[in-house]
Amino acid sequence: MAALIGNDILDIGSRKARRQREDPMAPGFAFGAPGQFDIPNVADPAAYCRSNFASVCGTGDEDQSVKFMKGTTTLAFKFNGGVIVSVDSRSTMGAYISSGTVKKVIEINPFLLGTMAGGAADCSFWERNLGMECRLYELRNGRRISVAGASKLLANVMSSYRGYGLSMGTMIAGWDEKGPQLYYVDDDGTRLKGKIFSVGSGSTYAYGVLDNYYREDLTIEEAVDLGKRAIYHAAHRDAASGGINNLYHMTKDGFVKVHSIDVNDMHYQFAEERARAMQS
Amino acid sequence: MSILEYNGAAIIAMAGDGCVGIAADRRLGAQLHTIATDFTKCFRMAPKLYVGLGGLATDVQTLHQLLEFRMNLYTLKEEREMTPQVFSHLLSHLLYEKRFGPYFVEPVVCGLDEKGEPFLSGMDLIGAPVTAKDFVVTGTCTGNLFGMCESLYKPKMNPDELFECLAQSLLSSVDRDSVSGWGGIVHIITKDNVITRELKGRMD
Repeated sequence: MAALIGNDILDIGSRKARRQREDPMAPGFAFGAPGQFDIPNVADPAAYCRSNFASVCGTGDEDQSVKFMKGTTTLAFKFNGGVIVSVDSRSTMGAYISSGTVKKVIEINPFLLGTMAGGAADCSFWERNLGMECRLYELRNGRRISVAGASKLLANVMSSYRGYGLSMGTMIAGWDEKGPQLYYVDDDGTRLKGKIFSVGSGSTYAYGVLDNYYREDLTIEEAVDLGKRAIYHAAHRDAASGGINNLYHMTKDGFVKVHSIDVNDMHYQFAEERARAMQS
Repeated sequence: MSILEYNGAAIIAMAGDGCVGIAADRRLGAQLHTIATDFTKCFRMAPKLYVGLGGLATDVQTLHQLLEFRMNLYTLKEEREMTPQVFSHLLSHLLYEKRFGPYFVEPVVCGLDEKGEPFLSGMDLIGAPVTAKDFVVTGTCTGNLFGMCESLYKPKMNPDELFECLAQSLLSSVDRDSVSGWGGIVHIITKDNVITRELKGRMD
């Protein structure tokens, strides 16, 4: 095992379920460590997982015995002043709102932010794991990992568990040697680089606002306002989004948490603004 | 997802001292997509009689029109207003007539009878009636509504207390249900008049 350390961070993709068949008594074996999950003892574990626990992507989970949290609006966009990451805070189980104060932005490290959409457990576990891998990279190489590299680590994990029913739609935003960066990674292994992304059941509403008002030369104030309004409109129209808007700004000096505003307060504030605009 | 939960609703009918009240949310959705926030789910069928229709919006409107027609026919023939008891039986029969192809609606009925006593009833989509002395609920978050009503209800409330109880129960319930809410409306029926108030609720 020791010889393998440093073999490379990128081998995380091959550390998958079959690994757990190694001798459990061997030294260094850790229960629940990535790549060492117990898998169902059946002929086709992937198909078994898919039919019993799989969620959002592709097929519906109506017939499954275990259903996962979903329903979200998260968005991120790149502009001249950095990256804005803006999310809602609602967590639902079917129609029931299981929480209204979820933190959907995961602070991986001061220069990397991840967003949560899909299964809460899958997102928080694998992004925490990504944080660990990024820190190890720093210790081995004496410099911070690029956002491209970090997002690739996560995408590789997703590829290695493809078909096992993981549920994750995330955006990795950061600032590295090449400047502000934004990637989208999801559970079927898709990894995209882009300027504007929005993920979740409310994403279409958010895209409507973003596409309409986005410019590359937005000032920071304008960008923050855009991120906030896009989440508000999504939270208003989408039943599975709402609660609090958490907004982050990624700068060259690391992320800054800009605000946490109750979406309902925003509604009445915007309504007032509209009424005033009508008068004048 | 059940077709009864397709549009989303939360409705409560509750009795007070010589008064009854009915409260409903205002959302019309198509699953997670909110289409309107000014939808009517409570209908006045007679001066002291309201019906709340929770379930599939298209059937809510159809059933309301059918009920209105049957009410008019009754008043013309009998030359008197229908009592809540009679209305509840009529509704139950209308629903059971469609036993094998039901209206996807679960109604609640509330009103004051000829003696000015509160009357409450609720039924399922094929018309199995339940009468209650305290409160009846329907919609997509009946668990939440029952929980709130069980804890806030007390017997012999006056119209103001009844309004407060209904408003708090409704608003707290819909804040934990994703497919209902977006404002509410409360009607308090007393022997002299009906007081209608709109509620400002969370808009997400």
